[in-house]
Amino acid sequence: MATAISILPAQQLATLNDAYRKAVARKRLKATVAAAVFCAALFIAALGADVNLHTFFTYFGNFLSYFDRILTLDSGARVWTDPLEWFWGLKKWLRLLGETLLISYVGTLTGAVFAFALNFFAAQNTAPGPWVRFIIRRLLEFARTVPGIVFALIFVIAFGLGPMAGVLAIAIHTTGALGKLFAEIVENADMKPVEGIRSTGASWLSCMRFAILPQVSAGYASYALLRFEINVREASVMGFVGAGGIGQELVVAIRKFYYSDVSAILVTIIVTVFIIDISTGWLRGRLFGKETRR
Amino acid sequence: MSQMPRPDTAELRAKYPGVFERPASARLAMPAMIVAALAIFVYGLVDLDFSPTKLITGMSQLGWITMMMIPPNPGSSFPLYMQALGETLSIALLGTTLAALLALPVSLLAARNVIPSNLIRFPVRRFLDSIRGVDTLIWALVWINVVGLGPFAGVLAIMVSDFGAFGKLFSEAIEAADRKQVEGIRASGGNALHEIRFGLLPQVLPVIAGQVLYFIESNTRSATIIGIVGAGGIGLQLAEQIRVLEWQKVSFLILMILIAVAAIDFISSKLRFAIIGRRAVV
Repeated sequence: MATAISILPAQQLATLNDAYRKAVARKRLKATVAAAVFCAALFIAALGADVNLHTFFTYFGNFLSYFDRILTLDSGARVWTDPLEWFWGLKKWLRLLGETLLISYVGTLTGAVFAFALNFFAAQNTAPGPWVRFIIRRLLEFARTVPGIVFALIFVIAFGLGPMAGVLAIAIHTTGALGKLFAEIVENADMKPVEGIRSTGASWLSCMRFAILPQVSAGYASYALLRFEINVREASVMGFVGAGGIGQELVVAIRKFYYSDVSAILVTIIVTVFIIDISTGWLRGRLFGKETRR
Repeated sequence: MSQMPRPDTAELRAKYPGVFERPASARLAMPAMIVAALAIFVYGLVDLDFSPTKLITGMSQLGWITMMMIPPNPGSSFPLYMQALGETLSIALLGTTLAALLALPVSLLAARNVIPSNLIRFPVRRFLDSIRGVDTLIWALVWINVVGLGPFAGVLAIMVSDFGAFGKLFSEAIEAADRKQVEGIRASGGNALHEIRFGLLPQVLPVIAGQVLYFIESNTRSATIIGIVGAGGIGLQLAEQIRVLEWQKVSFLILMILIAVAAIDFISSKLRFAIIGRRAVV
């Protein structure tokens, strides 16, 4: 069954069409100008970054063949045909991976403790005074913005080569990142329990301990676990600057063209990251699950 | 003062057994976890060669370095540093844009509402996951092997590692899109490409634009560090000055990075607000 569609008289339609076209044209003009500005920025960026399409197309084959090469053993066979030969250094790599995990664990825990100590001073609703809050906030911002590996470079000089520099670099970066997140949780906390505790004559410390902490501890644990996950990735490259972990081995393999070693180490890193991701995800699910059940 | 009525503990106990008599496992779980966490921590300190003497000498060394950093002073290399900073910003902008352009078609393949078949989606997703599992610095090293030292390797490194992240984020944005527009296009006789172009893309483009802007912001940070392995930009200068112990230049470079990141933060949050605002109006 066909339904009749009522069409407006031509004159009325023309004015409506006109208005529509004008509205669309303005929007299109805006979009075109934005696109043009963006393209200009891209062009300038391409000049600034020495982009050379000729090099790219000449060597792009190298990129693909690089993966071909890292998946080939010295004997010329594919790596998966001889896993024992491929993972010949598995024992050493696993030890270094263990070190990487320990670096990120110790770094995350230290950073979380510092963030925990500082965040009450950084949150708007619990800070004892505006000056303290301002200073702590700037400190956290600094620790967060300077990349962890820059801290590692400096610490390697101050503390000597080795995992200690990596741990401290991760700890500082974690303090900055978690301090901000923790403070945000505290800002979202309910202030009524604080008033209740304060009305009994309790000190600021007791207010934090008995009113705020029970509300926020689950959120803290969840963010700290998430950070641990990120830090495992970060710790895997700390070795590039001599700050311990599997990165040292990887950078040597890449620079010296030990092709099959590169792929083997990359595979162990990726698998470890997967395992850590999945297990912390499971742990966080359990922590939050308990919260909602209550 | 009136006497408070004494609570009948026996009755309360009977009423809320879960509060008064928690099973031993629940009472012990928390302390056990804390003890385990501390044990691993201490083991880690021992295994990673922490010692108080090392810490104290390192700290004094660090204090000395900090003293040397003040006041920040670029010497005569200021123009060089500005150029390096420009290079870093270029790397971030170009790398992120290329990654977004490449990731858009692939993210369609990884989205459940576009490709219902598990057969294609699963390998695409795992592929994206493994790209994300490798750090940007590692990609930078690989690309340096391919195109040589310099900022171009940095652009390609950012491009590849963001490709993995964007593929995942975009596909999630596409999966969250409303079905109704797509069905409307199909009902009026559009084919699969029309559905994507007129049904999906108008919904997801603002979300994607916001994410790309956010990544440009965070990539300014990543781009500063890939220079450390030789992929151009301000990180290269920073690593060099740290290695030759020119601390005043180091602190100046760090200051430059902080200011640049803050500026990019400001601009991109303004732009993101503009894009989201426009979406709310339309």
